[in-house]
Amino acid sequence: MQYTFSDEQEEFRLIVRRFMDDKSPTTEVRELMATDQGYDKAVWKQLSQELGLPGIHIPEAYGGQGFGFIELCIVMEEMGRALLCAPFFSATALAATAIMSAGTEEQKLALLPDIASGETLAALAYNESSGHWDPASTALTATPSDDGYVLNGGKSFVVDGHVADLLIAVARTPGTSGIYGLSLFSLEGKGEGVKRRLLQSLDPTRKLAQIEFDNAPATLLGELDAGGTTLPHILDLAAVALASESVGSAQKMLESSIEYALLRMQFGRLIGSFQAIKHKCADMFLEVELAKSAAYYAASAAAEQTPDFPAVASLAKACASDTYMKAAQECIQIHGGIGFTWENDTHLYFKRAKSSEVFLGDPNYHRDQLVLRWED
Amino acid sequence: MTTNNTADSNTTSNEQTPDEQSVRSEVRTWLEQNWDPNLTLLEWRKKLIDSGWGVPAWPKEWHGRGLTIGLGDAVDDELRKMGAVSVAKTGVRMLAAATILEHGTDMHKAKFLYPLLTGEDTWCQLFSEPGSGSDLAGLTTRADFDGENWIFNGQKVWTTSAHHAKWGMVLARSNWDLPKHQGMTYFLIDMEQPGVEVRPLRQMNGHASFNEIFFTDAKIAPEFMVSKEGNGWKVAMTTLAHERRLADGIRSWGRGDKGSGRVYDEQKAEIATVMEPYKWYPQRAGRVDLLIERAKATGKYDDPTVRQAIAKVLIMAKAAEWTGRRVKAAHALGRQPGPEGSLGKLAGSQVARLAAQAHTLIAGADAMLTSEDGAMDGLISEILISVPAESIAGGTDEIQRNIISERGLGMPKEPRTDVDRPFRDVPRNTVG
Repeated sequence: MQYTFSDEQEEFRLIVRRFMDDKSPTTEVRELMATDQGYDKAVWKQLSQELGLPGIHIPEAYGGQGFGFIELCIVMEEMGRALLCAPFFSATALAATAIMSAGTEEQKLALLPDIASGETLAALAYNESSGHWDPASTALTATPSDDGYVLNGGKSFVVDGHVADLLIAVARTPGTSGIYGLSLFSLEGKGEGVKRRLLQSLDPTRKLAQIEFDNAPATLLGELDAGGTTLPHILDLAAVALASESVGSAQKMLESSIEYALLRMQFGRLIGSFQAIKHKCADMFLEVELAKSAAYYAASAAAEQTPDFPAVASLAKACASDTYMKAAQECIQIHGGIGFTWENDTHLYFKRAKSSEVFLGDPNYHRDQLVLRWED
Repeated sequence: MTTNNTADSNTTSNEQTPDEQSVRSEVRTWLEQNWDPNLTLLEWRKKLIDSGWGVPAWPKEWHGRGLTIGLGDAVDDELRKMGAVSVAKTGVRMLAAATILEHGTDMHKAKFLYPLLTGEDTWCQLFSEPGSGSDLAGLTTRADFDGENWIFNGQKVWTTSAHHAKWGMVLARSNWDLPKHQGMTYFLIDMEQPGVEVRPLRQMNGHASFNEIFFTDAKIAPEFMVSKEGNGWKVAMTTLAHERRLADGIRSWGRGDKGSGRVYDEQKAEIATVMEPYKWYPQRAGRVDLLIERAKATGKYDDPTVRQAIAKVLIMAKAAEWTGRRVKAAHALGRQPGPEGSLGKLAGSQVARLAAQAHTLIAGADAMLTSEDGAMDGLISEILISVPAESIAGGTDEIQRNIISERGLGMPKEPRTDVDRPFRDVPRNTVG
């Protein structure tokens, strides 16, 4: 098990961080979050062509960079730190991971290179308006047709679903229930029978779409009815990627809290000299470091495919979600009144914390999964 | 600690540092010729100490071979492989030894180090007082020089092993007109004298692992002062630095060596005496290892609120464990350890509290019972009534948070009103 990053990984992190510092200051985040599109095409192009990030964990055989899941998580962490507005989580961490896990060799060769190059934006249409994160709750149906399948039903909470060129949708064979009869399908975002609507989301830095499928033609991705096996692993990987993003953001909240505490004077002293504030910061620091350790361990477990991976994926997600939410809350508290203003950047992170807290399952869900999956 | 390591690892200019393989082979040869489990513990240890292999990282003139700490560890490793019993390392004796080696006179070294290593002399550490817990420098045990001896009056507390200690490391106030840190002096005190009374201190969990010490005109001859008058705080910091460094050792030397023969039997008895006060320590840390097994055994595993409670413990405990490994892995690569190295203690307190909550949920009504009537013959109730010590012993959580925020996060200290004036003018507790 890898407990620390290699020199090459640390160097890579610095390169990504410099790019984010340069391209994603909060002034930029504020501009992009106000748009429907939600990202800057020029920045996405640079990020793709100069750094190759969209193909970071995609094997070279499919046009990617050929790095592993740990490098993907480093990217997520740095993007979280900078609150980057870009379709990386949706296309690379979610959709490409799904294709890599479920697709046939031919499909990987056909679909992954354009995602890796950043030209195709892909999205994973998994959740539905019921809001349940258990794959068994899937209701969207896939009925065989002359040249494939047609999808009927709806998806919701689809990250970047409104701009995606390619949709990877989870659907069930009619008449099945539970985790049986689930499959993944690919279809064009602008395809026939697909109606998309941008949802009004609490976190404007992460765009969510609702998608209606009305006899929408789709291609089976991988094997029929194999979703019960592939989906849990795809979702675990996604949860670890999201946990990594959350610890990057949480670290930023800690730094912002300390910076302000060492700037703000009250009662003739820096507020950072009061134990009430110092102890809050010490607790935040503890929690952020523990959440990092959990996310790093889970990323490493994913890369090495260790048997404890499903349990530690849930551990990392629960830990990172709680930690980020609490760090954002405390950051506002330490800032006092100014922390509640629109002008102060903390609310941007607070809102991302809230959406990440529930996306892919809230901490209660993952704590339960952790215990049920735990093996001594 | 850092400076010690640096000094130790520097090759002395006139001598070649031997390489690890030759050291290992030399000690193996010596052990093959000399190790005999049928000696008495004392006979064997004398032989080991006289050979220089007992404490190879100590200076040559004081029972060692002047090797680096790394090579010393390699020697210990060879002893372990051979199943050979080491010098006495139990209790606080190694803290006393480190302090004497760094600050003691030649008389101290000649008189104390040998019987300390053989195990004949047991030591205790007399720092904490009823009136000064977190604020150690606020201590009020007096040392007054009467022209012939230093006369001690006052009270110490939380002293492990004092009831069978021959010698104590004691910090006392010798000057009340100086600011608090400057008026303390460090002494080595004979515990077996009329002016020293040792009383066991019973804790809320029923055990009496510590003692209270009362000094009533106890005497210390001037030559038992360590370093010079007024330098006590600096010497105490040496002791405490080694306490932090050696904290991990408690578990390893508490296991002892496996084998049969007289020397093993005598070592077993020695360890049993020294480890007696620590037998509830695993319960103090919350016994995370028992949670899932207990939940399944009681059927509470089916209760989702119980699973939530268990998960909270697992998350904290595993993340803390991985943080420790991150620190070690970074250290092994020669990277400067970050402030995350100071987090383990605070994490441990929270793990213990969360674990006690989960054990309570699992035990249900049985949480009201103890001893043979309680769950696991009282082991679970011992967890519940021992955990409150975890966030106090060895530095309270609040002190840990101060250390983390000041040294780790660069936040300023609270303004102080106790260091800029003579100690006699500092408000203090009336007790002690």
